[in-house]
Amino acid sequence: MTIFNLWLFDEKGNLIYYREWNRKKNTSMERNEEAKLLYGMLFSIKSFVNKLSPADMKDGFLSYKTSKYRLNYYETPTGVKLVMNTDTTVTHPIVRDLLKSVYGQIYVEYAVKNPMYVLGQPIESELFGVKLDDLVRASPLFKA
Amino acid sequence: MARLGGRGNLDPKKVSGELFSLTYGALVAQILKDYENVDDVNKQLEKMGYNIGIRMVEDFLCRTSSGKCHDFRDTADKIQLAFKLFLNLSPTVTSWSSTSDEFSLIFDTNPVAEFVELPDHCYNLRYANILAGAIRGALEMVHIEVACWFVQDTLKGDNVTELRIKFLRRIEDSVPPGDD
Repeated sequence: MTIFNLWLFDEKGNLIYYREWNRKKNTSMERNEEAKLLYGMLFSIKSFVNKLSPADMKDGFLSYKTSKYRLNYYETPTGVKLVMNTDTTVTHPIVRDLLKSVYGQIYVEYAVKNPMYVLGQPIESELFGVKLDDLVRASPLFKA
Repeated sequence: MARLGGRGNLDPKKVSGELFSLTYGALVAQILKDYENVDDVNKQLEKMGYNIGIRMVEDFLCRTSSGKCHDFRDTADKIQLAFKLFLNLSPTVTSWSSTSDEFSLIFDTNPVAEFVELPDHCYNLRYANILAGAIRGALEMVHIEVACWFVQDTLKGDNVTELRIKFLRRIEDSVPPGDD
C-alpha cells in the first residue's frame, strides 16, 4: 500500500497545498498548470457524475481507479477539496477517513486556526507540513 | 470564540464563558472609544464577527462531521447546534415565515452580555452584533447568503433577545480559473 501525493484546493479552485511522498513519474508541466488541469478534470467529473446519476446522491464523486493508481477525492461543505493518489490495493473508504483527518486535524488546526494564514492563499506554514507528514506516515496506508 | 465552555469536563481547551463575556465587553468598550459613532461600532462588530465566522465554520464542520444542508430548516438546526457547541447556549428557533426562508433565534438573555448595562447615549448600539456577523460569515462559506439582524434585545428592555435570519440566495459553485 502506498500513498503517492496529496493536493489541496480551496473553494475557488486555487491550489493551496501540494505534497508528494512517492511519485516516480513527473509531467513536464509546471505545478500550477498541473493543478489547473487536475481541478478542471475534477470539476467536470463532478458535474458528469451528478448529472448521470439515476438517483439523488449523498456524496457525489468519490474516487476513480486506473490499472496503476487510485485517485481519491473528498470535498467539505465549505468547498475545500482534498485529492490523494494511492496505489490500487487500497479501497476508497479508508483513504476517505484519512482525508477527513487531514482536513479536521491538519487543515483546520494548523491553517484555519492560524490567524496569520489568509484563507485561499498557498499554505506556507512549516508546522502544517510537519504535522501533515506525521499524520500521513503514521497511517497504515503508508509504506514507502 | 471557538474555545468556550459546554463541551464536557474532559476538554482541556475549555475556557470559562465569563472570560469570553468580559473580553468581548472590553473589546466593545475599546471600539466605542475609538469610533465614537455607534453606527460605525455596529459595523465593525459585524465585520469582526464575519471574519470569525468564515473560520469557525470549518471547526464546526470537522467537529460535528455534518454534511450539506438540504433546506433552510436544516440550516436552522445546525445554527442551533453551533450555539450549543461554541457558546453553550440553546436558542429557540421560531417565527418561521410562510415560505420557510426566514426565522428567528430567541435567547432568554443577550448571549454575550452577562454583565452589561447600556448607557443612554449608546441606545442604538447592537451589542452582540458580532454574532450576526459570525452567522453571516459561516453560512457564506457553505454557499448560503443570508441577512442577519437583531429585532429585540434584553439590553434595550425587551423580554428576550431575538435574532432574525433571512435567506437571500444560494451562492453558485465557481468554475475553474482560466489560464490568465
